[in-house]
Amino acid sequence: MKFLRMKPGHGEVLIAEGDPQVAEEERELIEAFRAQLDAGMWAAVPTSAAGGRREAEIVRRFDQIPPDADRVIFFPRAAGGAVGAG
Amino acid sequence: MLLATIATAVVIVALLADLVAPRLREAYLNHRARRARAPRVAGYDPGRELRAEQRARELLRSCVNEEEWAMYRDLGFIRVWGRHDGGGRPPYAYLVYPHKPIVGYLPQTRELLNEYCVEFPDTERPYGSARLPESDDVLAKWMALTGDEERLLKTANLHMPGRQVDPRAVRRDLWRLGEWERHHARRRYASTPDGPDDLRSQAQLPGAD
Repeated sequence: MKFLRMKPGHGEVLIAEGDPQVAEEERELIEAFRAQLDAGMWAAVPTSAAGGRREAEIVRRFDQIPPDADRVIFFPRAAGGAVGAG
Repeated sequence: MLLATIATAVVIVALLADLVAPRLREAYLNHRARRARAPRVAGYDPGRELRAEQRARELLRSCVNEEEWAMYRDLGFIRVWGRHDGGGRPPYAYLVYPHKPIVGYLPQTRELLNEYCVEFPDTERPYGSARLPESDDVLAKWMALTGDEERLLKTANLHMPGRQVDPRAVRRDLWRLGEWERHHARRRYASTPDGPDDLRSQAQLPGAD
């Protein structure tokens, strides 16, 4: 499982990678997950639904990540935009 | 003779000025516009931003379906269907633009509903800017809308249509989207042996599975 984070001026950055089935790696993933949420990130897991539809699942806790997910994308939390900012 | 030559030269210069001056003015204005588009941020590096945008496009492409990706590539925005159904409410959708408000509308009538002004500022401001690459901004909106529409809309500043996005431009985009979908459907029909059964849009109306 990979943790990717969107970053201005860079695109996505790999911040952690590991197998959640391995206890030590799972611990590291949990720490990285918490650190990102504490830093004000939202976490999403892109998923595929029936009929070719794609969507994302927003996860707020590590145990909400689907077991078969191969990546979690962190992005800055939404804020109401100012005029001209979109 | 000299006077006639001078008069002719003056006329020629005046005629040429009429032809050349507008082009010079246009070139000057284009030059100014190009300079104005570049964000004036300390440490701004256009090459780095371009590479970031290329990475962001690849990430977006890997997350959305083929049709949504083609829509973004060809039209510059993605249509996302609203998730709330029931209550006799007609299907609604959003147009997701990079670094512009999300526009809600009714596909059946093309009536514009609202503008949702939302951004995803990175408070760490790497390289001096809090602004995500364009395709990352679209992906963030897409993930937030498809993952937790209600939460995103509660966070956004709600405005009537026309506050920031020109309604004429949005209606033109809706027309472009309609044309694009017709063209896309024809291409899929031509390349699918099963024909019409496979013609349903991958981003079809909710509940139409």
